[in-house]
Amino acid sequence: MSDDQMVTIQVDGRELKAKAGTLLIEVTDAAGINIPRFCYHKKLSIAANCRMCLVEVAKVPKPLPACATPVNEGMQVYTRSPLALAAQKGTMEFLLINHPLDCPICDQGGECELQDIALGYGNDASRFVEGKRVVPDRDIGPLIATDFTRCIHCTRCVRFGAEIAGIRELGATGRGEHMEIGTYIEKSVDSELSGNIIDICPVGSLTSKPFLYSARAWELVQRKSIAPHDSVGSSLNLHVRRNQVMRVHPRDNEAVNECWISDRDRFSYEGLYSADRLTRPLVKKSGNWVETDWQEALEAVAQGLKRARGTSGNRLGALLSPGATLEEFYLAQKLMRGLGSENIDFRLRQSDFRAEEPAYPWLGQTIAQLDELNAALLIGSNIRKEQPILGHRLRKAALTGAQISFINPLELELNYHATQLVNSPAGMISDLAAVAKALGGYGGLIDSAEVSDVHHRLAEQLRTAERATVLLGNIAVAHPDYALIQGLARIIAGNSGSLLGYLPEAANSVGGRLAGALPGNDGSNAQEMLSNPHKGYLLMGVEPGFDCWNPARAMETLGQAEFVAALSAFRSQSLEQVADVILPIAAFAETSGTYVNAQGEWQSFSGAVAPAGESRPAWKVLRVLGNLLDLPGFDQVSSEEILAEARQVAGDRKPDNSADGGVAYERLLAGVGLTRIGDVPIYALDPLVRRAASLQKTRDAIEASSRINAREAAMAGLADGDKVVVKQDKNSAKLRVVIDPTVPDGCVRIPAGLVGTDTLGGQIGDVTLEKA
Amino acid sequence: MANEVCFRNMDQDRPWLLEQYRSRGGYEVLTRILREKTPPESIINEVKASGLRGRGGAGFPTGLKWSFIARNAPGQKYVVCNSDEGEPGTFKDRDVLRYNPHQLIEGMVIAGYAIGATRGYNYIRGEFWEPYERFEAALEEARAAGFLGRDLMGSGFDFELHSHLGAGAYICGEETALLESIEGKKGQPRYKPPFPAHFGLYGQPTIINNTESLASIPVIMEKGGQWFKELGVENSGGSKLFSISGNIKNPGVFEIPLGTPFAELLEMAGGMKNGSKIKAVIPGGSSAPIIPGEQMMQLTMDYDAIAKAGSMLGSGAVIVLDDRNCMVKVLERMSYFYYEESCGQCTPCREGTGWLYRVVHRIETGHGRPEDLALLDDMTTKIAGRTICALGDAAAMPVQGMLKHFREEFEYHITHKRCLVS
Ligand SMILES: Cc1cc2nc3c(=O)[nH]c(=O)nc-3n(C[C@H](O)[C@H](O)[C@H](O)COP(=O)(O)O)c2cc1C
Ligand code: SF4
Ligand code: SF4
Ligand code: FES
Repeated sequence: MSDDQMVTIQVDGRELKAKAGTLLIEVTDAAGINIPRFCYHKKLSIAANCRMCLVEVAKVPKPLPACATPVNEGMQVYTRSPLALAAQKGTMEFLLINHPLDCPICDQGGECELQDIALGYGNDASRFVEGKRVVPDRDIGPLIATDFTRCIHCTRCVRFGAEIAGIRELGATGRGEHMEIGTYIEKSVDSELSGNIIDICPVGSLTSKPFLYSARAWELVQRKSIAPHDSVGSSLNLHVRRNQVMRVHPRDNEAVNECWISDRDRFSYEGLYSADRLTRPLVKKSGNWVETDWQEALEAVAQGLKRARGTSGNRLGALLSPGATLEEFYLAQKLMRGLGSENIDFRLRQSDFRAEEPAYPWLGQTIAQLDELNAALLIGSNIRKEQPILGHRLRKAALTGAQISFINPLELELNYHATQLVNSPAGMISDLAAVAKALGGYGGLIDSAEVSDVHHRLAEQLRTAERATVLLGNIAVAHPDYALIQGLARIIAGNSGSLLGYLPEAANSVGGRLAGALPGNDGSNAQEMLSNPHKGYLLMGVEPGFDCWNPARAMETLGQAEFVAALSAFRSQSLEQVADVILPIAAFAETSGTYVNAQGEWQSFSGAVAPAGESRPAWKVLRVLGNLLDLPGFDQVSSEEILAEARQVAGDRKPDNSADGGVAYERLLAGVGLTRIGDVPIYALDPLVRRAASLQKTRDAIEASSRINAREAAMAGLADGDKVVVKQDKNSAKLRVVIDPTVPDGCVRIPAGLVGTDTLGGQIGDVTLEKA
Repeated sequence: MANEVCFRNMDQDRPWLLEQYRSRGGYEVLTRILREKTPPESIINEVKASGLRGRGGAGFPTGLKWSFIARNAPGQKYVVCNSDEGEPGTFKDRDVLRYNPHQLIEGMVIAGYAIGATRGYNYIRGEFWEPYERFEAALEEARAAGFLGRDLMGSGFDFELHSHLGAGAYICGEETALLESIEGKKGQPRYKPPFPAHFGLYGQPTIINNTESLASIPVIMEKGGQWFKELGVENSGGSKLFSISGNIKNPGVFEIPLGTPFAELLEMAGGMKNGSKIKAVIPGGSSAPIIPGEQMMQLTMDYDAIAKAGSMLGSGAVIVLDDRNCMVKVLERMSYFYYEESCGQCTPCREGTGWLYRVVHRIETGHGRPEDLALLDDMTTKIAGRTICALGDAAAMPVQGMLKHFREEFEYHITHKRCLVS
């Protein structure tokens, strides 16, 4: 019997067609026939342990679990026959005997699968008169609250951990009614996808710690949105009560995030309500910040920009957050161009702009296609933490046999088998040149590359794979020789028949380009604007101490400007140090707009709550500024109108990674001494997530530190916990030493985007360490 | 006509030694099969003809089970022997391991040859130290003599065999939990289908048989399926090991032809202890429903006769109870066992076994309620047939049997808050 053969079955008298071998529950779900279930989950392996989905099948004496029974021709199924109902009700009675049944004080109350199904299949009184089971809770970290007495042992969480998150911490220990879910040893559940077990748990056994006991499900209104951090643009449902985002859930979108979201997308909403949320305009008067009204603040900005501009727009520069909406990008660049400036950029973490970049860089394939890869080479990317959902997709490919390899300056903690070539940032270039050479590349530094077995192996994996890709990540972008990396990646991809893909850093790195928020002819890019002082700057959503490749230089340069206007949703120390006026803008969830994700999909969303305090959506602020500056074309009344305009400008551009590559660049990073690796930790990416309190308590929220391996430490006479003074250019920071075996020789990992490392220089560059 | 198959060498002084096994023609069948390259199908047909039914409890025809393996499909296949012997009242497989390990080894190699498996495992109950060591020693001997390993006797057929000691969980005797346990996972049954013949050890085609089943193979191959079949009766071919225990004079293991009257078996075990009166018999391990003594005295020991009486022959563990036993107490003990041994995976068994035990316990300790018997009746129907593995049925059936035959004792306990018997 071939797998594709269609069969006809009858369910409750209804005729249904399905592929032979499909699970009965999938067939009934598709037909809208409801069969109660707990352990079944469409993305997890079949456990068939809850026995809630038992149905009657003609000619079979015992009821069968619909979740584990494949359909075959002529099968007759009764989902509500006396036998089926008796079985379902029997299971329900057993499930409830040890369940607390105190739904009014359970956080899951009102959205509990057990509660819902009990309504249909339970009795109104219990025949169980013995004492109920009580199970101690465990601390599994800052994101997930446990109430294991409520557990119904469906093992969805365990299967999620093993099969999706790739963590083995969660398990079922003990037997019989002593079976308990837990971490084998007291340990937190650390995964960038961990929050999904909250959704997966059918009862109130695993719930959201930040949300715990703060609202009832029926008080919440559900609003659609798009995730604001990485370039996946996961589909979200925001749960809102009285103008406040109370929690964030995934919205099913098979082509993007399936039914999952990253912890960053789930818990970053807490940042909206951090104490330093900016709710009124601020102006600096004689060195002091004072709150003011919009009119004064807007006037101050218009005047300030006009004065700084003087006779040439070229004296102005705009630095925009890559998390801005397409509409914001569009109006910001229009404003700057209206003022005669071509100095516009959002690529704040890039330092090397020598290479010609593609017009519309993207993933190079659809997100779902990552599942189907046979081979992938990731260059300078911790994809698991940079783009958790893409990391999950890649893991799926790896589990079905894809050969995944990494060329990185850090050894990653991966949850699948991969080849990791870990080398210093300078060494990475040599590795790439060697792989390029193994694939027949030539020219420049490729000719002198030394090719070893592992380079040959990586090359062969890509060359022989049916579907292969080469992806560039955040660490590559921050590399002082990014131009070379791009050139080499292009050769590797081209010569091996792989798709070249970019992993755009932020939610709207792609949209920024389409909206034209890039330097025009003779315009300065981000690095130039942040190295050569301009008279006036417009900052939008940027904290210069955390969001720029070289924060020390950024602060110094901005400090020399005559006038800095900032649009920001938060108060921010580094921003307040350099700015003259700060206009409060709406944050994530508070404004409408559009993000373009890594696969080039334009995703518009509406605001779910009103902007905090007196803050306003940035597009409105920019529009008014345009009016105050007497610029034409600033009379849009809605973000949709701006979008329509931006769409016209973007035209029907298609995602396209082609560019004139080449490797004829000088190597800027010599890497003779100690090289700093300044990756941006997952929860330091942008202003919102940096303020998400619970995420900041997780293991992934690493503190500012100076991490070196034991060999380097021994050579420098340093021990774990020592204090060192890190010197980079003319800047320094005092940091704690952490011995970290994932850092290669000759390198020190000093993460960027953190308090404590914001006084240092470029993310990747020469440093020295001295014992303090 | 006793001791024809698994116990055929019991008269020897050290039958577990290779040399003694060979002195009675041991390993000759295997040698002949390998030399003559007997077609595997004909071995499977011989086993089918013998009428051998699985001796582990379910009584599934062994030859039929073997024929489910796609023997010519590529990939590793396995033969697994179930020596977990956890069913209360059963203590026969340990004697096969102790006294006749080579016959089991020979049986497993033949099974491997028949289904195209080159590797076997014998899963031995965790508490069986002595049998384990005996079996290990026999493996060593067999390896040294060339009955295990590569290219057996120049035939080109490889077979390697290892034993695996369990860790004391009854559930690991269930075939798929056993496979999980060998794989190093928590011993929990898998949902079937797929059956081990398609998706077994490490996902590969596997046959899993009881120790006694596999140890019977060399004799069947030596003397022919027909001979074996004729030892027993219709639908119950061969002879079988019975572990008889309880209030009898000489508890022990006896190999007798299937179809032998129970009265004869009781006689062999010396009859009732101290001349007490027989009250009831559990004929096939603790999971088998109890049968009143008078009825049992009229039955023969074969699959059909016991099934007709509403119970099952199971693993052949015969527990004989005299009239001083309180049935509530007996059931309480058995229910406690299943409560304790449930793996906890599926709802009716995880929750139901604990509830069953608590209700029986309540009755036993004088706290029973009038509605409790109806509750027990109802609960057993909600467990039996609704679980992943047969442990759920095993927990429900003794309760059903007891309430069918000895209901008044339970009622007496509930109304008088004490025992009818003592
Ligand atoms: C809870 C449970 C425990 C079992 N324990 C044993 C055991 O200890 N030994 C055994 O041979 N079979 C045991 N079985 C039966 C096995 O699952 C399986 O049917 C048997 O090993 C097959 O071999 P056979 O066909 O040779 O009998 C058990 C079954 C269940 C449900
Ligand atoms: S904690 Fe929730 S998901 Fe996990 S087994 Fe219990 S009920 Fe199922
Ligand atoms: S019936 Fe009992 S022992 Fe068998 S799988 Fe279910 S819980 Fe485990
Ligand atoms: S949903 Fe089918 S057994 Fe749980």
